[in-house]
Amino acid sequence: MIDKTTSIDGALSAIRDGHRLMVGGFGGPGTPFTLLEGVLERGSGGLTLVKNDANEPRMGISRLLEAGRARTLIASHIGLNPVAVAMMQRGEIEVELHPQGILAEKIRAGGAGLLGFLTDIGLDTPLRENRHVIRVDGREAILERPLRADVTMIHAAIADTAGNLIFAKSGRNFCPLMATAADTVIVEAEEVVPAGTLDPDRIHLPGAFVDHVVALAKLTPEYGVLPQHVL
Amino acid sequence: MSSKEKIAARAAREIRSGQIINLGIGIPTLILDYLPQEIEVLVQSENGILGIGPRCRNGTEDRNLIDAGANYVTLAPGASFFDSALSFALIRGGRVDISFLGTLEVSAAGDLANWIIPGKMTPGIGGGMELAQKARRVIVTTAHTTREGAPKILTRCTLPLTAPACVKTIITELAVIDDHGRAGTARVGRRG
Repeated sequence: MIDKTTSIDGALSAIRDGHRLMVGGFGGPGTPFTLLEGVLERGSGGLTLVKNDANEPRMGISRLLEAGRARTLIASHIGLNPVAVAMMQRGEIEVELHPQGILAEKIRAGGAGLLGFLTDIGLDTPLRENRHVIRVDGREAILERPLRADVTMIHAAIADTAGNLIFAKSGRNFCPLMATAADTVIVEAEEVVPAGTLDPDRIHLPGAFVDHVVALAKLTPEYGVLPQHVL
Repeated sequence: MSSKEKIAARAAREIRSGQIINLGIGIPTLILDYLPQEIEVLVQSENGILGIGPRCRNGTEDRNLIDAGANYVTLAPGASFFDSALSFALIRGGRVDISFLGTLEVSAAGDLANWIIPGKMTPGIGGGMELAQKARRVIVTTAHTTREGAPKILTRCTLPLTAPACVKTIITELAVIDDHGRAGTARVGRRG
């Protein structure tokens, strides 16, 4: 049977300078912290990162931003990361912000082989300024283009060796969408089981979208409960 | 009761059993504390949850279970998880009965401006624009004025809009203002 498990170095060898990387996660859950640390260690630069948010200072993609490895960030809301906001304001990174569900849908369209979709979200706001507005059935609509990446990196709770994935709770978020929308898809998983042992009815993402599975040897503190968000 | 608690308590009275609601950051997150137990709602969170409960206390936090504001939350009976595209199909598809949002400014015509202060506050849009435009009812919960005493309820918004003519009801510590289904013809309701 196909075995997609590999070392972290083997998986990350697909990443080149200047690549566009999609990174799963909404805040912490779903963020592939270990793969991101690997990208930092490999020294890749000039990257374009696509993530819902910018994590928080010294965590996740913020480590790549702070190290000057990213030129552009495509996101929805970066309010929990004052370091990223400051870098944006100083012009050190270019930030492209989208309504959250529009970002998700652009990725979904990219993964589903669509050339775009039409929406009225933001039509009467400043967002309109940089968008392609067309008339359809007598009303205005924004033509949103699909979004794809060279490499997607996501975190899963359980993977089988064929790449079938199960996510945990709020850790699902953008992960299955991003896995459909890149040339190479790398998954880090907390548990890797033999192909054929997961109940097909419980699989959230079929392994057909996954190229590499990296088993996590340990979960570093950023995967845990973050004290700054505890009451 | 602080004025924030007073606003949240009054906002809770707008919720009916069986509704799907979304709570924005700030005052809206306090609303569940004032919801009578017999009222069953499903609280949607943009990051892919329908049916979040109150915030976790006393070490019950689950590292995989946060709301869209990064708070550790509990689950209510009947909760479900899904991806971000489906989460926004719920919102844009009109399944959210009430979106409670905080604001920087709101106008007589129901225009909402709560996402950007050019040059000062530019964290991004998040789910606010889609909620404002597509929830069946948008209720703004806000202090009546800014900390400096400047009005937040204006004839016209001065900040860039989140969405035009979307706000049906404004709840402040001083008043409940409702358009009774006719934008721009707000009436001031009874206090409390």
